[in-house]
Amino acid sequence: MLAFILRRALQSVGVMLAVGVISFAMFRFAGDPVNQMVALDTSEAQRAEIRASLGLNDPVPLQFARYFIDAAQFKFGVSYQFRQPVSMLLKERMPATLELATCATVLAMGFGILLGIYSALRRDSFLTKVLQAVSLIGISLPTFLIGILLIYLFSVILGWLPSFGRGEVVKFGWWSTGLLTVSGLKALIMPSITLGLFQMTLIMRLVRAEMLEVLRTDYIRFARARGLTTRAIHFGHALKNTLVPVITVAGLQFGSVIAFAIITETVFQWPGMGLLFVQAVQNVDIPIMAAYLLVVSLIFVTINLIVDILYTVVDPRLRATVGRAA
Amino acid sequence: MVEPVLSVRNLRVEFANRRGVLVAIDGVSFDIAKGEVLGVVGESGAGKSVTGLAAIGLIDAPGRIAGGEIYLSGLRIDNLSPDAMRRIRGKRIGMIFQDPLTSLNPLYRIGDQLVETIRTHLNLNETAARKRAIDLLAEVGIPAPEKRIDAYPHEFSGGMRQRVVIALAICAEPELIIADEPTTALDVSVQAQIIALIKRLGRDHGTAVMLVTHDMGVIAETSDRVAVMYSGRIAEIGPVRDVVQNPLHPYARGLMGAIPTLAGDASKRLVQIPGSMPRLSAIPTGCAFNPRCDFAFERCRIERPEPIRVGAQAVACHLYDRAATESAA
Repeated sequence: MLAFILRRALQSVGVMLAVGVISFAMFRFAGDPVNQMVALDTSEAQRAEIRASLGLNDPVPLQFARYFIDAAQFKFGVSYQFRQPVSMLLKERMPATLELATCATVLAMGFGILLGIYSALRRDSFLTKVLQAVSLIGISLPTFLIGILLIYLFSVILGWLPSFGRGEVVKFGWWSTGLLTVSGLKALIMPSITLGLFQMTLIMRLVRAEMLEVLRTDYIRFARARGLTTRAIHFGHALKNTLVPVITVAGLQFGSVIAFAIITETVFQWPGMGLLFVQAVQNVDIPIMAAYLLVVSLIFVTINLIVDILYTVVDPRLRATVGRAA
Repeated sequence: MVEPVLSVRNLRVEFANRRGVLVAIDGVSFDIAKGEVLGVVGESGAGKSVTGLAAIGLIDAPGRIAGGEIYLSGLRIDNLSPDAMRRIRGKRIGMIFQDPLTSLNPLYRIGDQLVETIRTHLNLNETAARKRAIDLLAEVGIPAPEKRIDAYPHEFSGGMRQRVVIALAICAEPELIIADEPTTALDVSVQAQIIALIKRLGRDHGTAVMLVTHDMGVIAETSDRVAVMYSGRIAEIGPVRDVVQNPLHPYARGLMGAIPTLAGDASKRLVQIPGSMPRLSAIPTGCAFNPRCDFAFERCRIERPEPIRVGAQAVACHLYDRAATESAA
């Protein structure tokens, strides 16, 4: 088991190295970094000085090694537009994004699983048919459109919810949270729904399909032949088997929720990493873009690792193969 | 007369589909006495498994029991409410399915599945149920049951898993066990052990057993009586010795003739029944076997034969209706 985790962790480091190469390459492909940092009237001597101080005259592999070692310590250089260390900016913005992504995921998982179970067990009910139709819309409507519609309805027409920003936040050290104030919670509602809707419909459809599959299996038939109660069969036997594949998808979805947050954050002017990234793209702020790439990849890789471990916890058969392979 | 454990009277099972209604079982009647093993043989689609599923109330939509009655020790069970029937399943009727590899939930320890079933039907606490589970595993021949009880299904071989399935089926001391092809998915060497186990359990507890299989060898080994099914009806039913050695129905004769024997003449070809069983949507009128039967005459194509008593056997064939044979001749 430990060997399995170690091996997966090593693979993750490999993935991060590859992402590091890409993010490092961004600096080189987007032109001379010195040009981005200086004014037009900077003299050639001063440019050379900056170049030397940034280590840009060293051989490329050495530069990459330095870049990667710095990145591993969360030193991502200085933002061109804000003249602040990128790690500071990210640290400031990260709580907003993580809170939004977590809320959206909890929403998506909770409702997705519940509605999925309902529509699998009550296959022919009217509500199931409505849910199936609505979920199709949820899957096919683009996020920004849903966001704008929500803003129009609840902010413009009804005036119930704020149309942008995070509301008041409370600080805990470097972490800022909007979960403890009324305005913070109100501000969280629409972005979470916007961000989570797609995942919710996806999980709902997945749970429904999986559960219908599981209900057809021999062990469910045998459970019925043993006279177990319907409740025990549906929520004990069928649900647990249904959730095995759902864990993978939900884990990976959390990663893409963070990545997709770019659009939602832009629509709602949510002060998170996504918004920071969009501004960075507009201003060719390479250090922020490169760091964002690394951070998001790191989150993805970490989630993947956790999902792999969770898998073996849920499914005893995998535990056996993992044990044997190790 | 002692009341039979299972009594099926004129059972009819239908499956509705878009094109109409298919009749899977039509007019099937039989009894199983306490401690008796009834073998049910026939080709795939003859209605063997559906009969078993009907008896335990597991015919799923679009199928339904459209007629007839099923009695369990005198209690009519085919029209019970779903919950009342659920209480009978697993408690008074145990069922064993064909494939032990897929019958157990892979995510639960076998002990948990046993304890869950025991506690559903018997008023026992966790500790007592666990103790009973260990005893049951020992009874079905699982070595070191107190250790193995905490293992997952994938940690057992196929034969051992079928033993666990049997333990699950008998955990509330049912009056009747329905075994649907219990050995088909197993190695030949394991088959014999499982058959011996089912037979021993039936004898020790006085349980009636309905053994569904397409393997005549298994029937000859285990059963007291045998029912040969064809196209949703019983073609012939009787004591196993009589039916095997002196089959009456032309189909049963064909079946027995198709069994190779070690003692027999190797140069003699096995008997083959021409053609194949009709699909449910195209069952011929009269006797369903008439297109394949060498002895078919006019009446076989028009009138459906009802069971006729011949000695200890009952056969659904016009050949044995003396009046009819005479008039045909």
